[in-house]
Amino acid sequence: MSDNSPMEAARYPDGSILYPSHPVGPDGNEPVETVDLSEYTAEVITWTSSTATPPGVRQPNHIAIVEFDVDGEPVRAIGQLTTDDVEIGQTVEPEYVEQLREPGAGIREPESQAWDGYRFEPIE
Amino acid sequence: MTQFGQRDSWIRELLAEAGQACLDDAGVDGSDVEHLYVSNMASGEFEGQTGIPNAVAHDLNALPAYTARIDQTSSSGGAGVYSAWQSVASGASDLTLLIGGEKMTHRTTAEATDVIASLTHPAEYKHGLTLPSFAGLTARRYLHVHDAPRESLAKVAVKNHKNGVDNPHAQFQKEVDLETVMESPIIADPLRLYDFCPITDGSAALMFCPESVAKEYTDEYVTIAGIGGATDTHVVHERMDPTVMAGVVESGEIAYEMAGIGPDDVDVAELHDMFTILEFLQSEGLGFFEKGEGWKAIEEGFTDRDGELPINTSGGLKSKGHPLGASGVAQVYEIYQQLMGTAGPRQVEAETGLACNVGGFGNCVITTIMEAGQ
Repeated sequence: MSDNSPMEAARYPDGSILYPSHPVGPDGNEPVETVDLSEYTAEVITWTSSTATPPGVRQPNHIAIVEFDVDGEPVRAIGQLTTDDVEIGQTVEPEYVEQLREPGAGIREPESQAWDGYRFEPIE
Repeated sequence: MTQFGQRDSWIRELLAEAGQACLDDAGVDGSDVEHLYVSNMASGEFEGQTGIPNAVAHDLNALPAYTARIDQTSSSGGAGVYSAWQSVASGASDLTLLIGGEKMTHRTTAEATDVIASLTHPAEYKHGLTLPSFAGLTARRYLHVHDAPRESLAKVAVKNHKNGVDNPHAQFQKEVDLETVMESPIIADPLRLYDFCPITDGSAALMFCPESVAKEYTDEYVTIAGIGGATDTHVVHERMDPTVMAGVVESGEIAYEMAGIGPDDVDVAELHDMFTILEFLQSEGLGFFEKGEGWKAIEEGFTDRDGELPINTSGGLKSKGHPLGASGVAQVYEIYQQLMGTAGPRQVEAETGLACNVGGFGNCVITTIMEAGQ
């Protein structure tokens, strides 16, 4: 849990929740509210540790796909891990990081997107 | 098709080389080409050269043909096949030249990886996601869920390198053994260096026309029996089963229906083995094997060149190389050679062939089914 920027997902009229949000959801409708995933824990679906990283990215870069359970609704997310000491099925919690990679070191225009976000920390 | 590998030529020269070879082989004068498509992902980002369809049309004297660049990331070549087929099927063109190509090796691996990773969603890019890291994530899940041995992935690399030895255009005409693959450096755990295709320069070209026009030039040709394209989520983790590529499934079903055949009718296939795990996902998604059974096929030799369904007789992207915009065109060229009986030492018995070209990490997919002309 964090007091920093929320890990903002969007809930759609059919009940589905997507992270990141999209202008319209699976049912073709606009979102009705936001959900802060940083208030929840998640389960590791899979993970990898990448050694061939692009400019501005830490090496190695540990990454996981995780699944949150938001009151019975599954929500998938992807992000860096704090460690490679992790297993499929393990529980993780989001941990805020001000800068996940160095803006401007890669090809993406620095002003075109945010660079802060959440890493996942194994807790069980 | 040009030599794939590290080339001194730049993108315009590579495209012109393959395009001229195709015109010469088909006996077509450049000025008779009505449409000219160039499949290319990122010549602007890699080289600072844009406007390449116009440049190549001028170099090949293919004026005043209608020209367009086709960008669908790694499936730009397949998308080019789709556009070229569409131009003929719609009646808009009687002679369409498709050239796919990419110039990449002047960039470092990190720079090239970043250019390719620029296709990702901002929520992925800021975490440093790359295409190889998606492959590592998927491979770990596949091995976990299907209780498959790690060695099965390595055997894809061994098989495709063995096939590539007999492809004079391949970047690596060299066998690798299982031990070499299993002991190579980790790139995206559990995948290692030899689970990945190389960074490559190269170009390939094809000529499309109605059968009536083809018969004016030759008695031997190949027909597009079916073709399908499909798109999956941009955000990869939103796919509830990471081991299923819906774009492969959907594009395959469309192509099969158009061709009036099923997976059992395919004699030879070129699949997009940018990473070894992709050969399993595509062979399952296209219905060659049940879900979770693709790894068993490689263990049993089913997909070897002398197996019941040879896959990647060209050496695949793994051995032949992966010049992004060229790969989908080169896949179709390999099937063309197999159906024409001109594949030399790589030749297998085939009347029907399939090529599956994947963009992003299954984000966009084109499946093409071909048959020998009547």
